[in-house]
Amino acid sequence: MRRMIKKKWMRIAIPIISIIISLLIASIIIIWIGEGSFADRIDFLVEAYTELIKGAFGNKTAVMNTIIKMTPLILTGLAVGFGFRAGVFNIGAEGQMAMGALTATIFAVNAASLPSFIAIPLTMIVGMLAGAVWAGIAGFLKAKTGAHEVITTIMLNWIAYNITNWAVTGPFNAGGGIPKSPEIASSAKLPNLLTSQASFMSFGILIAITAAVVMYIILYKTSMGYEVKTVGFNPFAAEYGGINVSKNIILTMAISGALAGLAGTLEAIGLYHRFYGTLSSGKGFDGISIALIGQNNPFGILAASLLIGALRTGSNQMQFAGVPKHIVMIIQSIIIFLVAAERMVMTIMGWNKKKGAK
Amino acid sequence: MNIFKAILDAFANPIFYSLTLSAATPLLFASLGGLFSEKTGVTNIALEGIMLLGAFSGIVGTALFGSPWIGIILAMMVGVSAAALHAWASINFQADQIVSATAIILLAQGLTGFLLEPIFGKPGSTDIYNKIPKIELKFLGKGSFLYNMIGSLSPFVYLALILVVVSWFIIYKTKLGLRIRAVGENPEAADTLGVSVYGIRWFGVLMSGLLASLGGAYLSVGELGQFTENMTNGKGFIALAAMILGNWTPKGALFACLLFGAADAMNEQLQSNPSLAISSSVKPLFNLIPFVITLIVVAGFVGKTRSPAADGEPYEKKG
Repeated sequence: MRRMIKKKWMRIAIPIISIIISLLIASIIIIWIGEGSFADRIDFLVEAYTELIKGAFGNKTAVMNTIIKMTPLILTGLAVGFGFRAGVFNIGAEGQMAMGALTATIFAVNAASLPSFIAIPLTMIVGMLAGAVWAGIAGFLKAKTGAHEVITTIMLNWIAYNITNWAVTGPFNAGGGIPKSPEIASSAKLPNLLTSQASFMSFGILIAITAAVVMYIILYKTSMGYEVKTVGFNPFAAEYGGINVSKNIILTMAISGALAGLAGTLEAIGLYHRFYGTLSSGKGFDGISIALIGQNNPFGILAASLLIGALRTGSNQMQFAGVPKHIVMIIQSIIIFLVAAERMVMTIMGWNKKKGAK
Repeated sequence: MNIFKAILDAFANPIFYSLTLSAATPLLFASLGGLFSEKTGVTNIALEGIMLLGAFSGIVGTALFGSPWIGIILAMMVGVSAAALHAWASINFQADQIVSATAIILLAQGLTGFLLEPIFGKPGSTDIYNKIPKIELKFLGKGSFLYNMIGSLSPFVYLALILVVVSWFIIYKTKLGLRIRAVGENPEAADTLGVSVYGIRWFGVLMSGLLASLGGAYLSVGELGQFTENMTNGKGFIALAAMILGNWTPKGALFACLLFGAADAMNEQLQSNPSLAISSSVKPLFNLIPFVITLIVVAGFVGKTRSPAADGEPYEKKG
């Protein structure tokens, strides 16, 4: 196997060291764009980070906003992470999320006659199915024709982007300036868990956390999880051992897509109460970062989602201190770059001196 | 039946052809770039990010030095640097190439968005600067069909077409090209024969940065004269699709890019046709055609594409 055998503690240490390095680089950039003497610039840096933390955790509304940002990230992180475990790279969470959200919204708009306890679960199932089908196409093509899932899911992302775009500007348009769908029936709206002033936070976060726990149980406590991991670890051995690899690939993609579809659904029924064509704004791609930082472990993914969610939320406030919020994307890109090139981190830390022995 | 007439009208309109060429140009640069990288066995889905960096630094160079030509040089330097990051991580440290490229895309979006305000004083977009002048073929007669078709094109268009031939020549007719293909198909064998696998792969990835950034620079200093946030808007991914659809060959990439460019141009023409009154909501349906075609071809339902055998596989030096 090409992956170096890692000790267990390294699995936690590598992401943490990557985060620290990326924050150091971000600090240098912030000091660089600051003005005045060095001391002034240090003050500027401290102010920027203070605003960042305040923006993410400073008061009840801030915490709620962080949790709202975190919710879809947990699910797209799980989607990508589950795929990684089975050896498939689902780069299409973005498209699956959008298709899930669109389909769920179409259903939810027309669900007025159903009571909430039926409308909400049904809407979620519809959204998950849409995501599962969308990802399942890529799974099917990989299993049957060998088409690489990275290529097919990228194509499916752009097809989904254009379909959803068409839907909200054309047949499913609610009018008004911004392209958007009509509002969903109130019976399909996810109830609120917390409210603060004008903002609210739905039960979505609990559903996302439940999904993480379920994924943990599936991966570590069931024979299906064992099969998935075996296929991911060595498909040839899995086949030899009597596991149906084709079926497993399709199933993995479908589950991965269902998680992404659920992410989109929760955004639609828990936050916006409608569908804005360009919903995802990179949350599907963020799933890749989060799965990597969380090392494909469901609880690691929860922690990584909290980190990225907090950075994204806090960065809005940091803007007021004079640091463009794009700094967060720079931080995130450095983290995943380092986690991906973990040998780079190991070299920096001097951990792979024994590598020569192999 | 109006639509068929409108399509025929478009084909009869010389503007359609010049629009096709100019829409295909940025895709062609990036496709050829991706081709160099993938031929050596390194996937590069970061084309989108490198194009964005190219578009941005093209305008930065133009704004700072007053000449779009310097903008292009800066764009190429930045594009090569971004590609070097990808090469360093994915070749020397055997990082997952898709992940490393994803990081580059994110970095490009972050950096261009971040620097926009400090450099140009406002977020979202820059002012309009000098563009690279178009090449006027006056001898075709201003207003003639041929003139409207190809008489006033950006030098980038010619450069892209020349690069198709140059790429073909390098990859299939030179010693370097033989090594590129060997490393992409069977790095172990190439290594045994004394070819530097890392060196060739570095070359391929850096070429992808150089070419993709030119494609991006075309968008800003070649066409629009300004940079707007995320202005590549998926063009890097279309270029990737074109490279795949073209079966990893320069000629194939050319035809695929022209096809995608034509789809784009047809879209423009049909939208602007007054007799049709096509609402702009139909536009996305046209835009998805290239991706559907690529998906069908990749799936092997029509034709068959084949990537280099070691594409995407990190290689670890022996000994």
